[in-house]
Amino acid sequence: MTVRWLLARGGFLLVLGGFLFYAVFPFYYALISSLESGSGLFEPSVLPRSATIGNYAAVFGEQPFARSILNSFMVAVGTVAATLFLAALAAYALGRIRFRGRRGVLFTVLTISMFPQVAVLSGMFELIRALGLYDTLPSLMLSYLILTLPFSIWVLTAFMRELPDEIEEAAILDGASRLTVLTRILAPLIAPALVTTGLLALIIAWNEFLFALTFTLSAEARTVPVAIALISGSTQHELPWGIIMAASVIVTVPLLIIVLLFQGRIVSGLTAGAIKG
Amino acid sequence: MRAALPNGLRAPVRTSRPATAAWLFLAPALLALAIAGGWPLVRTVWFSLTDAQLAGGPFSFVRLENYRWLLTDPDWWRALRNTLVFATVSVALETALGILLALVLDAGFRGRSLVRAAVILPWAIPTVVSAKIWAWMLHDQFGIVNRLLLAVGAIERPLAWTADPALAMAAVIAVDVWKTTPFMALLTLAALQLVPTHCHEAARLDGIHPVRFFFKVTLPLIAPALAAAMLFRFLDALRVFDLIYVLTSNSRSTATIAVYARQQMVEFQDLGYGSAAASLLFVMVTGATVLYLAATRSRAQESET
Repeated sequence: MTVRWLLARGGFLLVLGGFLFYAVFPFYYALISSLESGSGLFEPSVLPRSATIGNYAAVFGEQPFARSILNSFMVAVGTVAATLFLAALAAYALGRIRFRGRRGVLFTVLTISMFPQVAVLSGMFELIRALGLYDTLPSLMLSYLILTLPFSIWVLTAFMRELPDEIEEAAILDGASRLTVLTRILAPLIAPALVTTGLLALIIAWNEFLFALTFTLSAEARTVPVAIALISGSTQHELPWGIIMAASVIVTVPLLIIVLLFQGRIVSGLTAGAIKG
Repeated sequence: MRAALPNGLRAPVRTSRPATAAWLFLAPALLALAIAGGWPLVRTVWFSLTDAQLAGGPFSFVRLENYRWLLTDPDWWRALRNTLVFATVSVALETALGILLALVLDAGFRGRSLVRAAVILPWAIPTVVSAKIWAWMLHDQFGIVNRLLLAVGAIERPLAWTADPALAMAAVIAVDVWKTTPFMALLTLAALQLVPTHCHEAARLDGIHPVRFFFKVTLPLIAPALAAAMLFRFLDALRVFDLIYVLTSNSRSTATIAVYARQQMVEFQDLGYGSAAASLLFVMVTGATVLYLAATRSRAQESET
């Protein structure tokens, strides 16, 4: 019994440890590489040997990285605000009102969420140029709606539907309009769902690469993922790995904080979006 | 607070015509989706029937000429094969590892939430960042992976993981598995928590081996949720771009349809031809979705009747 128990326990810890190592080691390695200076980088080792901040200084000095972070931040905030506003209105209709065509709309939204990004790329490129938005941040906020809006509508609709009917009845009997019901009564109740979808939309907008790579050109309009992908060294074959790792660490830290603070919300949003959806 | 009235006596909740109100609330979101999704898609399909160039200028209707060229281009077939291999292998591995990880997370232990945060992190960071970190770890000369494998004698000389055509796809899949196993694990975990606890207790009392219990009871119970998650991941994998673009550039051995289509559109400026490739990817993804929805719907109706 005890031997078997020990074996089972040992096996469990081994698997757990394996997963932890697999998940965390690349971050650890990026961190120690980013703190390495000059030639130390070319003598790989799993233990940290130096702690210099030269690479971090270079990220901000040699590259317009601060600008990229600001761009990413503005795009993410703009995308999240627009997404939550549009999705909350739509979810109210889909979750609280019975009308013909409801299922059709939900089905359409689901279909749109399956669009490959590259399938809208050329049409979107034309639209963005026609609107004069090429190489600007609003071009990204507009195009990111196709990534964030469908799942936000689904998750918020699922939450809206679970609220009991009685909640809005009293207000409507008192003559409140639907908009008042949504903003004053329902919105506070689905606040947790708004936070969840907002976080997922934030992560999507912060991480997006294909649209950002295609719809922006100048370094001034670049977001963080594009900036990192395009960091290059003095020669074509020699990438400044220390600087790239430093930039990677910088981008990861805010996400690490979000994940640590809101992991429960993120998980519930992911599972609500996928399982209920 | 008013007491809820019995159903028959319930006061009319809807003041204005409900349908009108519903469409008013839906209008902004539907308009946004039409502008950001519907219209660009229609234009992409239209471009695929023309010889339009990225830089603009006049272009003419060429019917299915782009598609005809596409089907004679070995690189297109290569991209199609790469896409299917990538999606199939990585989703299979992610599912297997995801289930294992979910079972581990499902067992109560101290520090569980910290472990959960640690495994979500690969999913949360930008794909570009994961690709760069792994590109550095897999670097042929200075990479830690080669260094460690050499040290334990697993390989005799450093391998060019991302440049060698024979290894590049494996490297890409490995990084994707690293990144998306957490997603599969979390969805599986959510499904696992729906398995009633009394099942576990009954099985334990009857002395049923846990592994047998998993395959006989747990797996059938979580199968529908698992199938949905797998489809979701598969569709996502069909569209893969970032990881492959950053990790292996435009290498033929890993270029997927999305990479191929963008290369034609942007780098070769051939908007029409690239749009044709993108349209075919759209058809593939939509076809898979519709098939799945039709299958689940008919199954749901069967179980209802």
